Amino acid sequence: MHRIQRSKARWIAFFITPGLLVVGLFILLPLFMSLYNSLFSWRQLIRLHFVGLDNFKRLLFTFPYQQRFFNAMKNNLYWFLSTTLIQNSLGLLFGYLLSRNLPGAQFFKRVFFIPVLFSIVAVGFLWGMYLKPSGLVNSFLKLVGLASLQRPWLGLEHLATPSIILVNIWRWVGFPSLVFLAAIDSVPQECLEAAYLEGVGEWKLFWKIIFPLIIPSITIIMVLTIIGSLNVFEQIYTMTGLDGAPNYSTDTIGTLFYRTAFGSIDAGSPEIGIGSAIGLVIYLLTFATSLLSVFVTKRKEVQL
Amino acid sequence: MKKHMLLILLVALFTASMLFAAGAQEAQTTQAKAKTTLEFWTWRPEDIDFYAKQIALFEAANPDIKVVQTALKNTEYNTILASSLSGGAGPDVFQGRAYGGLVTFADSGFLEPLEGWMPELKNYSANALLGATSPTDGKIYGSPAVSQTVFMYYNMDVYKKLGLSIPKTWNEMISNFEAVKKAGYIPLGNGAKDGWCLETLLGGMGAGFYGGSDFYNAVVAGTKTFEDPAFIRMIEQMKSLTKYMPDMFMGISYEDMRANFINEMSPHLIAGSYEAAFFKSQNPKLNFGIFAVPSEKATDPAYVSVYADMNFAMNAHSAKKDAAIKFLKFLSSKDFGKSMVTEMQMVSAVPGVDASADPFISRVLELQKNATPYLFLVGFRYEQPTGSSLWQAAAQGVMAGTLTAKQAAKQVQDGIASYYKPFKK
Repeated sequence: MHRIQRSKARWIAFFITPGLLVVGLFILLPLFMSLYNSLFSWRQLIRLHFVGLDNFKRLLFTFPYQQRFFNAMKNNLYWFLSTTLIQNSLGLLFGYLLSRNLPGAQFFKRVFFIPVLFSIVAVGFLWGMYLKPSGLVNSFLKLVGLASLQRPWLGLEHLATPSIILVNIWRWVGFPSLVFLAAIDSVPQECLEAAYLEGVGEWKLFWKIIFPLIIPSITIIMVLTIIGSLNVFEQIYTMTGLDGAPNYSTDTIGTLFYRTAFGSIDAGSPEIGIGSAIGLVIYLLTFATSLLSVFVTKRKEVQL
Repeated sequence: MKKHMLLILLVALFTASMLFAAGAQEAQTTQAKAKTTLEFWTWRPEDIDFYAKQIALFEAANPDIKVVQTALKNTEYNTILASSLSGGAGPDVFQGRAYGGLVTFADSGFLEPLEGWMPELKNYSANALLGATSPTDGKIYGSPAVSQTVFMYYNMDVYKKLGLSIPKTWNEMISNFEAVKKAGYIPLGNGAKDGWCLETLLGGMGAGFYGGSDFYNAVVAGTKTFEDPAFIRMIEQMKSLTKYMPDMFMGISYEDMRANFINEMSPHLIAGSYEAAFFKSQNPKLNFGIFAVPSEKATDPAYVSVYADMNFAMNAHSAKKDAAIKFLKFLSSKDFGKSMVTEMQMVSAVPGVDASADPFISRVLELQKNATPYLFLVGFRYEQPTGSSLWQAAAQGVMAGTLTAKQAAKQVQDGIASYYKPFKK
């Protein structure tokens, strides 16, 4: 008996160790390294002496870090709100419509999901070209007689972030759609039939029966949205650049972190201490808000 | 039993693959012993052919050395170089930035001080050496390669067709803009989507308004600030150029700007001397010339902004310094400098290189008679927030109309004053 258990334990260790090593080396180690680095002062790329929480204090309370940090946080919040509101509601709508087996549902299921498979960098690059003053979007507007709506989409402070968010929604909306579709499809048929027999309308059916039963998927999508919104980087990097141009209007904590930790040609020398502090703040925020949203939605969950 | 067999098989497979990997590594090192291989990195993928040709020349003269060239994307170069060097790896010889960009690597101890290896460095011009010296310890960490100059490119064919001549005053330039606009061209091809292109714009048109080197020396010394009326007026003049810039200029990126000029849609472009070779390669029929943007009065100097751009540097931890210095000396030779001039249309920093064979470079040297330091790069790129990043963001605000010239000047001044000691007095 003991022998069997021991060999079982060995097998478990055999299969788990490689994964643990990868997680330890590429996720846990960097996390603790950045915590460690954030507690030191730096001269260019050389670590100097222990300064405690000084880097965090500078990040949160002194010019220019404070201004840049809260400006970036504001944009991340904007990302989160608009993604939740537009992308996830659209996803819910699409998921619901697809589950109704309307004509062409199979076709649209695939069409919605195709952009999800594209590389995020390729999407950013292509849409960056479409949104140029002489690009596809403006040409289309001109074609349909809306030339007065032509804009340098990525060049104006009030339009740049919304444009990038819309591109990202275009790319990603298929994912929540499919998750919600799968959730709605797994709602027991008898519940729905019973409701139909009672003469419940489509609207009431959705809100009173389907919605409470798909809350677990909503939790997952919300957590993913939070993580995604806090980690926005590639979209900005490919479409408006590391500096969050124009005039920091598209800056997020991701681009701010990269610029600060590694430096850029124009932004100047790397500041690894402050950069590590930003990295740690991103981590803590992601962790805390994800936990919170799991907690909140968990309470709304309904068991059959 | 079966499970055990499987385990043994797996372990055997793992160890075998490690053995093979080790074997492959060994084979590589024995090959390298016969010939020293130098890693050489650049941020100019567009110049791969040029460097390949030069490397072939070097290898022919030094048959025991092989140079492997790696060209990385300009904007990612510093990050990749920094992480390789701090990991103890990286190239033996590489293109290094100037000024603040050099200091990052020099003060981290990654660059080999070069005076000991190359005594000839003392013959270089003081301006060139300024970009290769760390202010921290005063040592020279790079062999200055080229200087860059910012000025106005113009399309000579369009000027001829419309009977225009090189303007001698700011107003004459504006009337040239009006004339080409009437003829259906975009008067000035510059755009504002990429912040750094607005620093170039400043370098091309600003100095005449803020007062060139006198102003530069005054702000560096802290006796004048960026809220000086002359500097604010310069920003207003820059903003006034927007009516000659392309439609929706806030969305016009660097690539679009270059395309505007290369495709002859716009006969003017404020840009750096580094563009000339690219223009020629993209449109050999393009007949372009250059002039310095004039001041308001014809008697005032027409300034161009100049900066040291590139230093060839050596990795302080290279195991092959003897070979590396040979290659570095080759890159600092007059012959190499001459090839830079004739093939790349770049102004070589190597003393004694004859540039007169190339009409473009001799014209650049002529304009350099009224040279002034490229304001934010030369003076204010050593600490965060750099003058460059402050200017670029503020200038985008001005061009888009979300900031006034005064607000922009204050933003730049406050940012630099947060750390710059002469402003704190």
